[in-house]
Amino acid sequence: MGIRPDQCRLCVSVITVITDMKMLKQLTLVSKASVGACLWALILITTPAVEASDTAPSGTEPVDNNMNFRIVTDSKPSIRDDGESTADHSKFEILMGPFESGPEVTRACISCHTEAGRHFMQSIHWTWEYDHPETEQKLGKKTLINTFCTNAKGNEGMCAQCHAGYGWKDETFDFTNQDNIDCLVCHDRTGAYYKTPNSLGNKACSVMFEGKQPIPWSKVAQSVGKPGRENCGACHFYGGGGDGVKHGDLDSSLKRPSHDLDVHMDAEGLNFACTTCHVTRQHLWAGSRYNVMAHDTEGVGLPGERRDVATCESCHSNAPHSYNELLGSKLNGHVDRIACQTCHIPTIARGGVATKTEWDWRTAGKTRNGEGFKEKHYTQGNGEHRATYKSIKGSFKYGENLVPHYDWFDGQMIYTTIESQFDPANGPVEINGFQGSHNDGKSRIWPFKRMLTVQPYDKGNNTLVYMHLWGDDDDAYWGNYDFGRAIKVGMAKNDIPYSGEFDFVETYSFWPITHMVAPKENAMDCADCHSRKGRLNQLEGFYMPGRDSFHWLDILGYIALGGALLGVLLHGLLRKLFSNKIQQKDAS
Amino acid sequence: MSGHGNNRGQDTTIKKRGEKHYVMLYTRYERFWHWSQALLIFTLFFTGFGLHGTHDLIDFRTAVEIHTYAAIALIVLWIFTTFWNFTTGQWRQYLFKEGVLKVIRFYAYGILVGEPHPYRKGLQRKQNALQSLAYMGFMIFIGPALWASGIVYLFYDLWSSYSWSGNGLTVIAFLHTAAAFLMGIFVIIHIYMTTTGKTPTHYIKTMISGYDSIELTKAEVAYIEETHAVSMKD
Ligand code: HEM
Repeated sequence: MGIRPDQCRLCVSVITVITDMKMLKQLTLVSKASVGACLWALILITTPAVEASDTAPSGTEPVDNNMNFRIVTDSKPSIRDDGESTADHSKFEILMGPFESGPEVTRACISCHTEAGRHFMQSIHWTWEYDHPETEQKLGKKTLINTFCTNAKGNEGMCAQCHAGYGWKDETFDFTNQDNIDCLVCHDRTGAYYKTPNSLGNKACSVMFEGKQPIPWSKVAQSVGKPGRENCGACHFYGGGGDGVKHGDLDSSLKRPSHDLDVHMDAEGLNFACTTCHVTRQHLWAGSRYNVMAHDTEGVGLPGERRDVATCESCHSNAPHSYNELLGSKLNGHVDRIACQTCHIPTIARGGVATKTEWDWRTAGKTRNGEGFKEKHYTQGNGEHRATYKSIKGSFKYGENLVPHYDWFDGQMIYTTIESQFDPANGPVEINGFQGSHNDGKSRIWPFKRMLTVQPYDKGNNTLVYMHLWGDDDDAYWGNYDFGRAIKVGMAKNDIPYSGEFDFVETYSFWPITHMVAPKENAMDCADCHSRKGRLNQLEGFYMPGRDSFHWLDILGYIALGGALLGVLLHGLLRKLFSNKIQQKDAS
Repeated sequence: MSGHGNNRGQDTTIKKRGEKHYVMLYTRYERFWHWSQALLIFTLFFTGFGLHGTHDLIDFRTAVEIHTYAAIALIVLWIFTTFWNFTTGQWRQYLFKEGVLKVIRFYAYGILVGEPHPYRKGLQRKQNALQSLAYMGFMIFIGPALWASGIVYLFYDLWSSYSWSGNGLTVIAFLHTAAAFLMGIFVIIHIYMTTTGKTPTHYIKTMISGYDSIELTKAEVAYIEETHAVSMKD
């Protein structure tokens, strides 16, 4: 039978195993196997791993020093069809021009849209500041440190090319002057408008200004409309310093996505603009990442009522699956604990554009012939080569079709700001850690893109640092490749105490995933989570059918089943033996 | 409740009851109930342990769907059968009978050396003392433990918003799984016991055709011939 030795060993050790979980697991396996010997063969779970990387063979290439991070080859606008507007801007005299600069156009806009400037100035797109009502942290790009180019603060000349304003390059920028608002970056519908850095960087970076057609101001001014996906995308697709780098669910593939990539933005289908969900009221948008609505319990309102959130539930309700089917009812039962995104965005970076998964600043600063360079050893789905090394930034890893990181999330992000102290010995510092648990009654399991970075920190004070990266001076890292100086100046410029010593620390950042919603037939299957090796394996503290079992109950159960089988087999055998004997006796 | 003479004393002195006749022992409903219950319990066992992760022969989603439908079917069947048991008075079959130890001794020893079964089947005595006890245990313990915990499990969504729901689910899943193991053990032994008849398949054939050859008293034969209350083939 082959089962007896197993069983004996088990019986002897059963008493000792109650406390030893590791052993329990092994025992479960052993006892299961013993039942299997009698009844069924166990087939091991084989979940196919998601393959992401595709690395081009490394070879020698000409030195590539182009630092431009927004290379837009398809500059035609996307279609946004809201029907014909009541105003044809090409008929307005004031928009005939000629215009020499952006602020001149803005003045013209504001002369009719008299309140727009005031509205817009409250927006985070203008202030780059966010006072979190609950954690009371001061957030926003103006001050925060991230895990990419680390800090916009002090580097506005470069970073504020994604600020919806004109000319923010240092502390002198006037946030009260409405002429400084950049209306066109959001409202240009020709695709001919673009932004460049607000100040000159080092020689190495000057290419960013080269080879650009001048902006046809009058034409652009006369062609304004509601923003298309590429308007928002001009900044939001390129966050973190390149296409798809930051989010994983936002990249240039969403300009004209297929149905498979995003059912809502599907260019040939629903063709949603960003603002279809990110509903707007007086230039304030729903859908904050600093204060996420992780669980919308209100669902849909009456027509015209619910225009304040960007949640799935605000259109699809809190019971989006059909109650007419068992499966639908079961799925509706998941809504309280599982964010829609968790099942309906099975993987991210699916559009042929890769997202960065790891960034190591330690390797930055290498030069060839005294010049910075790039290596492009990653070829992404759409055929483009992506930099795996840049002298100005270090080395990177990419991923496509990535399985997100899952965790309980109640919507609260807790940031490690320039003021926060941490202990570098405690493993990766969570730049934007988040709250949530299985039993707080409000969290749900959400998908995140998790980014691992090795970035500089203040070794003496155990804080993050501001680096002076951008400038045409001798202290800027993007020029001198000297961390020591860049940090010292970056800290001094912003009056932050600095011990004078830096080192590198691992950091995590988390990006809640919500775009790239797949067609429903591609949504995740039950068994993707409800299995021993499912996607939610690392989440602990709660029972999940199919994933969990009761270690010693299962051991006892399998032993008992095996024992019963063995018992009846033995009994049968004995009966057979004895009946043979009786027959023999009768015969003789 | 007791006082039914023919439930008593049979084990001490086996009365010569009379001639053997081939009579319908298990009515059509009883057999339908028995076999559909068997099928459902197999299905539930297979899908239940499939979704539990014990085996991989069925994917989680299909397992849950089949398990749920089969569970609902089984509950409906049990409701009908409970009704049937009480309206027909068949529930008495499950009452405690004396002589359990004798029967146990028989299966542990007597059966090996060729002793006769200490229990005679009768028209109104379909089950031996051990059987009655086992089935009673099945009906008041294993069965209810499964359906009660199963229903609570099934309707998790109705109580998932309570703060104790996390622990509650663990407890319910634990009870349900434990009861499922007991059910498995019951079924294994039960199936084995069916092979202990005259021939290994005798009891199974009986449960399919409904007929078995049992000793009837003269009075019983006369009653059957008069009323045709029970179908008799010879
Ligand atoms: C009689 C009515 C029954 C009901 C209402 C019922 C209901 C359920 C439900 C709702 C689940 C959880 C499935 C899910 O995750 O959605 C479940 C799991 C399970 N059922 Fe049943 N069931 C019944 C009978 C049985 C029987 C007869 C067996 C076995 C002989 C059985 C064995 C199991 C097992 C092993 C599990 C897995 C438990 C776990 O891993 O958490 N069930 N049942």
